[in-house]
Amino acid sequence: MVKRIEKDRSRFRQILRGQIKKELRKYITRGEMIGKKGKDLVSIPVPQINLPRFRYGGKNTGGVGQGEGDIGTPIGRDGDDEGSGQAGEAPGEHLLEVDVSLEELAQLLGEELELPNISPKGKKNIISEKDRYTGIAKSGPESLRHFKRTYKQALKRQIISGTYDPEDPIIVPYREDRRYRTWKTVSLPEASAVIIYMMDVSGSMGEEQKEIVRIESFWIDTWLHYQYKNLATRYIIHDAVAREVDEQTFYHTRESGGTIISSAYKLAGKIIDANYTPADWNIYLMHFSDGDNWGEIDTDECISILENKLLPVANLFCYGQVESPYGSGQFIRDLEDYFEAEEKLILSEIPDKEAIYKSIKEFLGKGK
Amino acid sequence: MSLTPDLSAINDEIRGYAREYGLDFYETIFEMIEYDELNEIASLGGFPTRYPHWRFGMEYEELSKSYSYGLSKIYEMVINNDPCYAYLMRCNNLVDQKLVMAHVYAHCDFFKNNLWFAKTNRKMMDEIANHATRVRRYVEQYGEDRVENFIDVCLTIENLVDPHLPFRAQPNGKHEESQVEDEETKQTPVRFKSEKEYLDDYINPPEYIEKQRKKDEKKNSERRKYPEEPKRDILNFLIGNAPLEKWQRDVLDIVREEAYYFSPQGQTKIMNEGWASYWHSKIMTTRVLNDSEVIDYADHHSGTMATGPGRLNPYKLGIELFRDIEDRWNRGKFGKEYEECDDYATKKNWDKPLGLGRQKIFEVRKLYNDVMFIDAFLTPEFCREHKMFVYDYNERNGLYEISDREFKAIKQKLLFLLTNFGQPFIYVEDSNYRNRGELYLRHQYEGIDLKLDEARDTLKAIHAIWSRPVNLETLVDENKVLLAFDGTEHKEIALK
Repeated sequence: MVKRIEKDRSRFRQILRGQIKKELRKYITRGEMIGKKGKDLVSIPVPQINLPRFRYGGKNTGGVGQGEGDIGTPIGRDGDDEGSGQAGEAPGEHLLEVDVSLEELAQLLGEELELPNISPKGKKNIISEKDRYTGIAKSGPESLRHFKRTYKQALKRQIISGTYDPEDPIIVPYREDRRYRTWKTVSLPEASAVIIYMMDVSGSMGEEQKEIVRIESFWIDTWLHYQYKNLATRYIIHDAVAREVDEQTFYHTRESGGTIISSAYKLAGKIIDANYTPADWNIYLMHFSDGDNWGEIDTDECISILENKLLPVANLFCYGQVESPYGSGQFIRDLEDYFEAEEKLILSEIPDKEAIYKSIKEFLGKGK
Repeated sequence: MSLTPDLSAINDEIRGYAREYGLDFYETIFEMIEYDELNEIASLGGFPTRYPHWRFGMEYEELSKSYSYGLSKIYEMVINNDPCYAYLMRCNNLVDQKLVMAHVYAHCDFFKNNLWFAKTNRKMMDEIANHATRVRRYVEQYGEDRVENFIDVCLTIENLVDPHLPFRAQPNGKHEESQVEDEETKQTPVRFKSEKEYLDDYINPPEYIEKQRKKDEKKNSERRKYPEEPKRDILNFLIGNAPLEKWQRDVLDIVREEAYYFSPQGQTKIMNEGWASYWHSKIMTTRVLNDSEVIDYADHHSGTMATGPGRLNPYKLGIELFRDIEDRWNRGKFGKEYEECDDYATKKNWDKPLGLGRQKIFEVRKLYNDVMFIDAFLTPEFCREHKMFVYDYNERNGLYEISDREFKAIKQKLLFLLTNFGQPFIYVEDSNYRNRGELYLRHQYEGIDLKLDEARDTLKAIHAIWSRPVNLETLVDENKVLLAFDGTEHKEIALK
């Protein structure tokens, strides 16, 4: 049985959802949520919702306690103690940890950033079939008989035919009164997608830059997971050479070498060739760097790989350039100059955490 | 679900002990429920059903989360009702169930006999279910959002009641009726009766009559204040005088009625828990426990009595005060002679075998509430023995620090925190302020400023009910100000 309280609870969660949505920009730019990511839940700290009251303000109320200590000894106060009439002054003093499913989070993100749903490419997507009970029919198996509708129908008939007696409201359904639930089979395309993350881990990429990459890729992940049932992720790091790593290594490696971006693009090309046939897979390539490539020759090489190899197979190629105190940031300008009108290539500059919000919108705003 | 035969037998046994000790309670019905049901009931303030509101959902969310993380567990839940309903959690072990039963009987005794509960509705179980039905009906009729928003508004001011009101003689009629302006007609000047017409001018000189008439006119034209006396029960005032729709009036009335029902529990928290702990301890240790249960019992009991430096545990303070009172009255440590003795050792070893302790604590549980309890029975010796202190917020380092260990300071602070549940006193002074139908509230300043942002939001809520501008007189940084909300903007006006 559904508990009575569930209604209050879901209403409360609905209010919270609104709260989170209102503050989503703040959450997007902060990394702490990622640390609290479970398998399909994220725990988000939300300030407790309090109804306002006439109450005493500030921390100057004090209280009475028990225990050792001289005058002037600081005491650890455990939480908000009842009875002392204390209330948190700053909002957020009493935080609720709210579990939000990743799916819900993606929905919020989509609503807030007005992201279009992705229309997967290719017609060879695996189609899955699902039965949904949607309608009512006059015939069907007895196990699906809809009692309420059946009696309603019988009642209607009796009223019309004048055999209904309100004093003695006996309703006898005939065969033709019977109503049954029916289902529709809906076909759901189950598209597959792969995201290949590439990141520059050369000496000029500092912790702050990586944090930005981490936060941004968390949101991209969340969104694409919501859009695709089957999503694979691959990680490539590069300085002067590129190698494929796992997620952990991806975010925590720091090398001191130079930067040859083409190495990563070549590797990405190889991975795609080996595992992901473009006809079946929606391919997303994400590259983050500070834009300080080693020499023009390599930039030319990158452009050629992009043009001939990666862009033709990818849904999107997103290049996010973080700002570093060392880099020249030239790479993004080179790409911009060359691929002016290329739809699949999205360039975004992310100078600081605040810019993540805008950048996500740029990357995912096309619905590809 | 009702109790298993085993537990039922134990219940009979413990009820017997409780009666033997002189506890006097309504019939008490135990229900055995699962933890999630207990969390649900606890979120609903102890009742199986309440009107729909997200606040209960929030409570539930928190309770069930902290239960599933193993942070907290509710052991006992008992409703002040006749019969009393109490809940046992199925997953508790047997010793815990016994302890809870003993504890519950003492609560029930307290509910039944403590004076401050005398006016509570003993059929509240039914009443609250009726409230729920009524509100649900309004939801169906007027829409979820509208009703919810209005409940939010009502709950914002649910603390603006007068806990002492039930004990005053109620004027006839439940709510204040708007004043009817019918007195003016009576106000013709007094004329003395004259037998002869020609004497009339002498007996009632026209100048005098004219003067009287002017005087009365002046008096009449002076704005009359309503309410005549400042009222603390602002909810009642609004129910009687605010331009509300019928259903809104009813919802406000529901919130008010429930606030009054729960009010004595807030007024006697320390006593009630102290009393229940005193008796579960007494009954368990003298009658119920067998050898194998002692450790579990002690573990549970000490957990309940635990104190932290920044937290005053009402269970602990209550039980110790009751024990102290019993000891003092057993040994005659009271009265003039004892009070006037100023030798510490003599006082400590004072022993006149009067044996009045038990009798005294029963009397205390009947007549006192927390404020009176602390005022009468907190002694310097007690504060010293229990290492009590006052703490305050130190603005320089942002920490709460121990600021005083003097008896006077401790008692004063404790009384301050308990008086009106540590909430500010707000009165409605005038409902026709500036002769414009504005509501004028006054905060009786006790040395601490109101939390201003919330005060403004609260004014907004009251405005939603009153629908004319609302004003609150208070002190901000030692200056008298009027916080005003006229429906669109907040103002702060300096007052002389």
